[in-house]
Amino acid sequence: MIQVLAFYLFAAVVIASAALTILSRNPVHAVLWLIMAFFNAAGLMLLAGAEFIAMLLVIVYVGAVAVLFLFVVMMLDIDFAELRAGVVRYAAVGAALAVALAAEIVIAVGAWQAGGLSLGRRLAPVDAETPNIEAIGKLLYSRYLLAFEAAGLVLLVAMIGAIVLTHRQRGDVHRQKVGRQVRRRAKDAVRKTNPTVGQGVEL
Amino acid sequence: MDYNAQLLMSLPELVLGAGGILLMLVAAWGGQASTRAVSLAAVAVLIGAGIALGGPASSGGEAFDGLYRADMFAAFAKALVYVAAGVSILIAPGFFQRTSGDDLRPEYPVLILFSAAGMGLMVSAGDLITLYVGLELQSLAAYVLASFMRRDARSAEAGLKYFVLGALASGILLYGISLVYGFSGTTLYAGIADAYAQGSSTGLLFGLVFVFAGLAFKISAVPFHMWTPDVYEGAPTPVTAFFASAPKVAAMAMAVRVAMEAMGPAVEQWRQIVVFAALASIILGSVAAIGQSNIKRLLAYSSIANVGFALIGLVAGSEAGVASVLFYMAVYIVMTLGSFLIVLQMRGADGQQVETIDSLAGMSRTRPGLALALAVFMFSLAGVPPFLGFFAKFAVFDAAVGAKLYLLAAVGIAASVIGAYYYLRVVKTMYFDEPAPAFEGRAGLVEGSLIFASAVVISFGMLLLPWLSGWTTAAAHSLF
Repeated sequence: MIQVLAFYLFAAVVIASAALTILSRNPVHAVLWLIMAFFNAAGLMLLAGAEFIAMLLVIVYVGAVAVLFLFVVMMLDIDFAELRAGVVRYAAVGAALAVALAAEIVIAVGAWQAGGLSLGRRLAPVDAETPNIEAIGKLLYSRYLLAFEAAGLVLLVAMIGAIVLTHRQRGDVHRQKVGRQVRRRAKDAVRKTNPTVGQGVEL
Repeated sequence: MDYNAQLLMSLPELVLGAGGILLMLVAAWGGQASTRAVSLAAVAVLIGAGIALGGPASSGGEAFDGLYRADMFAAFAKALVYVAAGVSILIAPGFFQRTSGDDLRPEYPVLILFSAAGMGLMVSAGDLITLYVGLELQSLAAYVLASFMRRDARSAEAGLKYFVLGALASGILLYGISLVYGFSGTTLYAGIADAYAQGSSTGLLFGLVFVFAGLAFKISAVPFHMWTPDVYEGAPTPVTAFFASAPKVAAMAMAVRVAMEAMGPAVEQWRQIVVFAALASIILGSVAAIGQSNIKRLLAYSSIANVGFALIGLVAGSEAGVASVLFYMAVYIVMTLGSFLIVLQMRGADGQQVETIDSLAGMSRTRPGLALALAVFMFSLAGVPPFLGFFAKFAVFDAAVGAKLYLLAAVGIAASVIGAYYYLRVVKTMYFDEPAPAFEGRAGLVEGSLIFASAVVISFGMLLLPWLSGWTTAAAHSLF
C-alpha cells in the first residue's frame, strides 16, 4: 500500500515539476524545478528496484549536470524579451518537432505491445536475490576490473589533457607567497635612519 | 582463476598505467625542469612493459573471463607499439627545442604512456567493452598530443579536426557495437562469433558494417581517411611520427582480431567491405600523393596507401594473411619512423623546420648520408626488391593469391606502381635537382643513430626474414 502511495506521490511530483520546468519564466527557477524532477525520478527508480540507477540519477544528473546548468544559466546574460520574440518565428519548427515526438511515442507504445525484438542468447541471467548495486559491483571488480580501471585512466587523461591545453604560466601576475611573507622579519623591511636637517633623505 | 594470475597477464598495461601515474606526479612537482628526466623514465617504463611481454602476457591465454587476451598476437603488436612510442618520446626534445613557441612539457611522455596502455588494451581486447575503453584511452591522449603546440594555429586545427572526426568515428563504432550487442546478446568476441555462425540477421549485418566503418576511420582507410593529411601536417612532427606508427599498428591489429575472432563466421560479409577499403585506400593514397608539395602530407597519403596494402592481407582471411598483415605493419613502422626522423632534420637557415619537398632538392650533395637514408626508405616504401618493403608487399600479395583473390592482387600491384612514382620523385629531387639551400644543423646522437638503425634494418632486413616470419606466423597462429 505504502508503495502505491509513494509511486503516485513521486510520479505526480515528477510531472508537476517537469511542467513547471518548461513553464517557469525564470531559467534559474526552471533548472531548480528540473533538479526536483530528477530527485523524484530517482525515487521512482528506487520503487522499481533499480537502486543503482536511482543513485546515478542523483549523483550524475543532480550533482553534476544540473548544477552545471545552473552555473551556465546564472552566468549567461539572457534577455528574456528577446527570447520571447522568437517564439512566433520558430513556432512552425517547434510544432513539427512536437508532432514527430508524439508520433514516435505512439509508435513506441504500439511496438512495445507487439512484443520485444528477438535477441540472441543472454549473457547474464538476472538474480532476483542480489541487490543490483551489489551485482554491478561484483562484476565491476571481477570480470570488468581491467576495463573499469582503464576507464579511470581515460578520465585521468581527460583531466591532464584539459590542463595541458589550457593552463598557462603567466609572467605578469604577482602571486601571494605566504611562506615568504611569514619569513619576512622587521630587520629586512624597516630601516632606521637619522637624517640631518637640510640634507634630505636617501630612499 | 585467481586475480594474481590474471593481473600478471595484463602486466604490460599495469606497468604503463602505474608508470604514467607516477611520472605525472613527478611532473606535477618537478614542473618544466623535470621534462628530460620524465622523458627518459617514460622510455624506461616502455622498456619495462616490453620486458613484461615476455612473461604470461604473451602466453597466458584468456584473463577476466575472456575480456582480455594475452597471446602472441597481442604481444607482437604491443612490442611494435612500444618501440614506436619510445622513438616518439626520444625525438621530441630536439624538435621542441628548435621550434619557437611552445616548449616540450613533461606531460608529453606521460600522455604517450597512457596512449600506449590504451593501445595495449585495444590489441588484447577479447570483448567489445575492453576494445572501446582501450580505443578511447588511446584516442583521447592522441587528441591532446595533436594540439600540443598551443601557440601554433595549425597544431590547434589538427587537434580540433582529429577530435571532432574521432568522436564521430567513435560514435559510429559504438553504434555498431550496440547493434551487435543487441542482436547477439553479448559483447564477448566468442559469443558474437557464435551469433554470426547461426546465420546473419539484418541487425547483425548492420552492426558489422558500422563496426567496420569505425575501425576504418581509426586505421584511416578510404573512405574514412579525410582527416589524415590535415592532422599529420598540423601536428608537431614527433607526434605525427607517433600517429603514423603506433596507433596504426594497434588499430590494425584490433581490426584483424575483430574480423577474425568476433566476425570470423561472417567473412563473406566483411570481405566486401575490406576489399573496397583496401583497393580504394591504395589507389587514392597513390594518386592523391602525386600532387603534394608538403612532405608530411605526402607521408600521410603514403600511410593511407600502406594501410590499404596491409588490408589486402586481412582480406585473405587466412593464417598466412594475418601473418602478412603483422609483417607488413612491422616493416611499415620502421620505414615511417625513419622517414619522419629525416623530416625532423629538415630545418632552414633560422633553425625552423621546413616541410616542402622542394627543399630536399640536391640533398645528395649537401647531406649525402641523410639523402641516402631517405632514398632507402623511399625505395622500400615503393617496394623495390632488395629492401624490406618489397618483402612486406610480397607477403600480403602472396597471401591474397593463396586465398585465390587474383583480381585483388593484380589491381593492388598495378596501383603500387602508381605509388612508386611519387616515392621515386622524392629520390629524383634529392639526387638530380639543382641544390636548394642546405639544411642547418646536424642530427643529434639519438636521432642520428635511430636513422642509421632503421636504414640498416630496411636495407639488410632480408637477413632477418626467417626470424621475422617465425614471429609473425606464431603470432597469427594464436588467432586460429
